[in-house]
Amino acid sequence: MRDSFLTSLITLAENDDRIALLTGDLGFGVVEKFENKFPDRFWNCGVAEQSMIGIAAGLAKSGMLPFVYSIANFPTFRCLEQIRNDVCYHNLPVTIVSVGAGLGYGTLGYTHHGIEDIAAMRSLPNISIYSPSDPVDVTEVLARICEHPSPTYLRLGKNGEPKIEQLTKNSMPGSIRELTGGSDLTILATGTITENCVRVAQALKTQGFEIQVISIAQVEPLNTNFLLPLISSAKVLIVEEHVKRGGFAAALFEAFNEHRYTPEVDRLFVKESMISEIGTQEFLRGLSGLDKAGITAKCLEILGAAS
Amino acid sequence: MSLSSNEIAALARVSTLKMVYASKAAHLGSSLSVIDMISVLFGNVANILKSEPDSLASDQVIVSKGHAAAGTYAVLSHSGFFSNSLLDDYCKDGASLGGHVTFGKVPGIPFSTGSLGHGLPLGIGLALARTRASTDSFVYVVMSDGECDEGTTWESALIANHFKLQNLIVLIDRNRMQSFGDTEKTITLEPFPEKWQSFGWNVFEVDGHDHEEITRTLLQAKSAGTSKPSVIICNTIKGKGVSFMENEVVWHYRPPNDEQYKLALSELEATK
Repeated sequence: MRDSFLTSLITLAENDDRIALLTGDLGFGVVEKFENKFPDRFWNCGVAEQSMIGIAAGLAKSGMLPFVYSIANFPTFRCLEQIRNDVCYHNLPVTIVSVGAGLGYGTLGYTHHGIEDIAAMRSLPNISIYSPSDPVDVTEVLARICEHPSPTYLRLGKNGEPKIEQLTKNSMPGSIRELTGGSDLTILATGTITENCVRVAQALKTQGFEIQVISIAQVEPLNTNFLLPLISSAKVLIVEEHVKRGGFAAALFEAFNEHRYTPEVDRLFVKESMISEIGTQEFLRGLSGLDKAGITAKCLEILGAAS
Repeated sequence: MSLSSNEIAALARVSTLKMVYASKAAHLGSSLSVIDMISVLFGNVANILKSEPDSLASDQVIVSKGHAAAGTYAVLSHSGFFSNSLLDDYCKDGASLGGHVTFGKVPGIPFSTGSLGHGLPLGIGLALARTRASTDSFVYVVMSDGECDEGTTWESALIANHFKLQNLIVLIDRNRMQSFGDTEKTITLEPFPEKWQSFGWNVFEVDGHDHEEITRTLLQAKSAGTSKPSVIICNTIKGKGVSFMENEVVWHYRPPNDEQYKLALSELEATK
């Protein structure tokens, strides 16, 4: 996903000299391709995320489209006031890119887990939030960001995520994709956890269950006009690699409420009680029921079938 | 007819006093401290293209000590950026001018400030864009000395030096007072010039109320041509111009009562 971001950004930057890349001294072996190609549009600001965001806002004020690259919480929580005041308040087209969303940095521990980021970013004015589920999404999301410049938060996985095959044609590129069809249950997912949801839906299909999986890459603003008519089941499971409060599910609940839409909703999220545990991403996901076994069990519970 | 920076500053001091008195707002001492520095910038030195202020050809002035809002607005209006009548509404409900420097309501203000330590990084962004475009415009950032407690100040001091931003000039309102009083009793800043020097900046020190000296030093900093950013430490007096407000921290907070207002006004009117 990281490589896909860089490759797509370079392609876009070839035709748009407003696009710039700033890094907080992260992305070794990744961002150099951009630096080599566009040395006058690349700045390593050092380990100084707060200043980096302000610098990006100054560049945006000067007509550029800066992308700020870092990992986990460094480009979000570390510099939240700079994002709030310098970028969002002034409505400047700075895109904050965080790699390793959710539990992506697994064994590196809670300091490196981006599991409250959507909640923090969602509270800010003027911001668009993208949480792509696979490399295809990343490319489409980037094109969308450049077409609609605004304060933006782009939440990426790490690297090596597979392309998820889309089995239907219902999609709005860079925003919402229906990945599998079905009306027994609708799973709404965002980010790289979507892959687990699709695998579970495929496995349960062999047991006769038709599960619709919708990947929502654009969390803010949520395209409810496209999303709500697309949901084909009255039973909805919301899956996010984020804590319970304020994140993706909260965005959906707010949208449902505004539209007086009342499906039967279940949720999976990162449990606060598990934040001190050590392990790989998939192990940590499992502690919150976000691995394939956990999602399968939850689906079967909702569908009224024993696992 | 355009006014000299000294005339702008004298008018701005009176306006600021009236604004703070009428609104019962805070930060009068901070405004009186910085008015001379920004009068020189807006009145003498900075070339801001009023028709396209965001253009890379236009100089930029960021007043990072956003609490000096009354003084900043007064200087901008007396420098011809907007009508003086707007000053009468300072801090009133629905007004254009609020208690911290706010963008988008009146010309001359590229960024809202108020939380300290934001102006210098923003200025670096503006300066990098100008360097890349090879324009000869300058970016000026006006900071308070208390603002130098902020980590972003020193992060940015490293960064501006690293990128050789000779089009970036910082002016520090060195009135030696912050929220609880003496800066040196709060968090020691001295040896202050040496700190900036060691970060790789051209360092100048001036009397921050001497317009001729500030102007001359700004021009010197502009033509330094050393591939370094410049900082001008402007030694100032908090509350400058009103005898009983000078160097008294209480005027960071308190608006004058009727009697104090009349006395202060008579002192400022006398020096106009």
